[in-house]
Formats: sequence, structure tokens, C-alpha cells
Amino acid sequence: MRSRQLRARDMLRGDLEGDELERYVEEKVVMTNFDKMLGWARSNSIFPLTFGLACCAIEGIPMAAVTARYDIARFGAEAGRASPRQADLIILSGRVSIKMAPIIRRLYDQMLEPKWAISMGACSSSGGMFSNYAVVQGADKFMPIDVHVPGCPPRPEAVLYGFTKLQRKIQGNPDQGWRARYGAHGTEEWARGGPRSEPSTEAAEAYETARKLIGA
Amino acid sequence: MPDAPGLELIRGEIEQDHPGAVIDTSFAQERAVLVVDSSQILVVLNWLRDAPGQSYRFLSSLHAADYLPAEPRFAVHYELLNRDRVERLRVKALLADSGEDALPEIDSCVELFPTAEFQEREVFDFFGIVFKGHPDLTRILLPDDYVGWPQRRDFPVGGEPVTFTYNERNYG
Repeated sequence: MRSRQLRARDMLRGDLEGDELERYVEEKVVMTNFDKMLGWARSNSIFPLTFGLACCAIEGIPMAAVTARYDIARFGAEAGRASPRQADLIILSGRVSIKMAPIIRRLYDQMLEPKWAISMGACSSSGGMFSNYAVVQGADKFMPIDVHVPGCPPRPEAVLYGFTKLQRKIQGNPDQGWRARYGAHGTEEWARGGPRSEPSTEAAEAYETARKLIGA
Repeated sequence: MPDAPGLELIRGEIEQDHPGAVIDTSFAQERAVLVVDSSQILVVLNWLRDAPGQSYRFLSSLHAADYLPAEPRFAVHYELLNRDRVERLRVKALLADSGEDALPEIDSCVELFPTAEFQEREVFDFFGIVFKGHPDLTRILLPDDYVGWPQRRDFPVGGEPVTFTYNERNYG
């Protein structure tokens, strides 16, 4: 550690030259492309929506997210947002009743791109023990889910493992073609307000195509 | 809690004023039940609430049950409580099934017990029992566009079958 500090000081003074300087730069610089860097930045600064459905919200989220023992802040996602407009991750924590489903879908549609969803626990993944008339048998019937975390409730480790899986997914290729599968073209929400906040060309094309399809 | 003779006394007094209102009584597991004619439910509840010496002024619960295949099929239960003597009395109004197209009907007791408003809506929501005279009889827990009365016993449970490997191998 101390030797590194000394070398950094030498570099700043301009004392490093030739091969030593080459080696120093090689050690310090990582080459990547912009997409990967963007994915890395996104995956480590997720803002989850402050949102709970049922017992998983009581059991799991405070355990996994807030308390110091498990501490989701290690992964840069401790800043819960109370508005879907500011959030980019929704955690479905608990059973999804048929009366709640349209509201959840609206919340999800209101979230800005890019956005992700974790289905936490057996109930929101498959209906769980509530195999009856009142509960949606799996939240992926009405909205795309990126990661399913099994358990009733899942252990905090499981939630965090699911979360790191989601980070992997974000760093890779997050587009799984869900918009086509869920008939959700035209529901994109993008932050607007400046010349640099335009949607990507693909998203803009998808939006235009969708508007043509519905004859707007 | 009125004991078995006390329950019979109540029945006799109601019979005096309103003959035919009480169909049956039962006393089981320390719980007194008055089975009443559903067309006279308001008369009985009113009497139990206001008659001197009775004053069951508190409706602690209102709920329904579906006794299929028994006949009559439905029952609306009124759990009354006298808070001075801490005595509880269950009043049970039997309702016959009125077929596919119509819904069974009973008088609303919101005028007597305002607390019944939401509970009657819940009974309507799940059993499809209509409370005549209710100020706002709409679904309370299920979505407004829900079709069917899910707590009836002939309503399918719903959900989706889960095929476990074990069942598939042994019974599939």
C-alpha cells in the first residue's frame, strides 16, 4: 500500500519515465467500451421503489435492505424512492391480488426506462400457497419480471443473491424482448426536459411503430 | 351468555309479540343461537336491541355462511352482545337459494346497527346476498367488475394446478 502511494506521488511529480511509466499506466487504466461502463454504473446505482405488498415486505425488505447486517447499500441500492418516476427497480414483495395487479402494472409503466423488476417470494412468483380466486398466479402474467427469488419468505441472502443476479443481467444485455411479449409498445416513459434526455434510437423507433400500430 | 332456559325464555317472549318469527333455537358449546325467519329479522333484532331486560345493543359481527347442500342454503349470522352483562347471542337468519338468476334477499339492519354497513357489503361481495335498504350495496373487497360470488361453496376455488415431479411420476 505504502509503495503504491509512493509511486503515485512519483508519477504526479513527473519522476516516472519510460518503462516504469508504461507499467504504471497499464496497472491503473482499464479499457472497456461505453456500453459496459454504462451497464456497470447502472447496476451499481439502482434506486428501488419503496413499495411493499404483503408479508415479504415486512419480513424481507427491512431485513435485506435496511438493517446493517445485510445492508443492500453494499450494492449501491439503499436509496429507496417513494415515487415510481424516480425508481428503476420494483420489488414485488408478497402476493399480488387481482385487485392490486392493475395498480402494480401502472406503477411499473410509470417507472422510467431502463427499469427492472424482482419478484420476491413464492407468492408473487407463482401464487404460492394462495392458489385461489383472489390472487394472480404469478406476477409475470401481467408485467415482465427480471429475477424470481423463491422462498416463503426468502432468506435475506437469497434476496441479495437475486439482486446481484439482477446486477449481472443489467451489465449484460438487459433487453429480453419483453416489450413485444407483453404488448407494451408505446408505454415507454423517458425522462425528458433537456436536449440530452432523448430516448435511444431503438426506443424512439419502437415508440413510433407502436403509435402506427394503434393508428394514432 | 343466556343459558339454555334463558334462551327459551327469550324465544317465548318474542313468540308472544311476533308469532312465527323464531323458527328454532339451539344451545351448543355454551353458545345460544336463535334461528329466525329471514323475513322478520329486523323485528327480532329490534326487539333484542330495545326490549327492556334484553338490550343487546352491540352488533359485534355480521357474517354469512353457505351450508350447501343443506336447505335452506344460506344463513346470515348476527353476533349480538350485551355489554352490561357481557352476554352474547347469535341470531341466525336462514335464506333459501333463489336460483341462477336471482339473488337471495334479506332486510338490511344498517338502521339498527350502523356498524353493519361494511359487513353487509362484505357479505354481499362474497356470497351475493342482497340487503334490502342498504345505503350503498357495492363490492367492498373484490374489484368492482368481478363476476361471481367466490365464498359460495359451488364457486370454483381457482388457482392453477401445479404439477410436481412426484405426482407426475406416480399418478400422472
